[in-house]
Amino acid sequence: MGRKRFVRDRHGRIRPGLEAPERELLRMLPQQARELVDHDDPTAQRLFPVAYPDDAAAQSDYHEMMGAQLLEHHHHALDTMVSTIDAATIDADELAGWLGAVEVLRLLLGTQLDVSEDMAELDPIDPLDSDDPRADQFTVYQYLSMLQNEIVDALSAALPRDGS
Amino acid sequence: MTGPGTEVQPVEVDAPESGEDVRPDRPWLVIVWNDPINLMSYVTYVFQKLFGFSRDKATRLMLDVHHKGRAVVSSGPRERAELDVFRLHEHGLWATMEQSS
Repeated sequence: MGRKRFVRDRHGRIRPGLEAPERELLRMLPQQARELVDHDDPTAQRLFPVAYPDDAAAQSDYHEMMGAQLLEHHHHALDTMVSTIDAATIDADELAGWLGAVEVLRLLLGTQLDVSEDMAELDPIDPLDSDDPRADQFTVYQYLSMLQNEIVDALSAALPRDGS
Repeated sequence: MTGPGTEVQPVEVDAPESGEDVRPDRPWLVIVWNDPINLMSYVTYVFQKLFGFSRDKATRLMLDVHHKGRAVVSSGPRERAELDVFRLHEHGLWATMEQSS
């Protein structure tokens, strides 16, 4: 704790302070995510929420019209993170891509783990019984949660101060 | 508005195709639902970024989602609501839309 991973330099660029194993993980996970999405794994349905829960025809139209664009958006976020993972500095748009990529990874992993809100509050050191086969996945999930919080902090600093 | 003495012509209107009430004056509501995966900080940030809400307003809506299970985050014509739903879906939030009753 304590060390900030996303520090802005005086030109407004962001320096991702990731260790080599973190970069390795963030290169590998998007590959697994693409496999799930490309093979229509049921887990991937979480990436395509239903807009019209009570109107099958409208939902079908929505999915037909927007589904490909949504998929493209998710792919673009994953590609952005992977292609800039070793960069010394990235800009705010690229960091927004990282945020989207981490979101996709958390949605997929969280769905696989069938996480509940209670789990998020468990001790991050030993959230699940170490005999639980999901323990490693849950550690990765917790890491991604921490990373997402840090990215949100970095991006929030650049939001306009006064909203509506 | 029509003043007194003005000759009023009958106006032809297209009858709705079904028995559904499709009055255009009923706005569409964009609803975000609670889900166990999305982080509170992330949801607050997305509300600020997409809708230009202040941090306070975004936090209040996020807490509504968290505690009440859902919150209305925008409303308007159908096309506008659908675009908002799509932008929320791009950001992984569980958003739906329905016409207000």
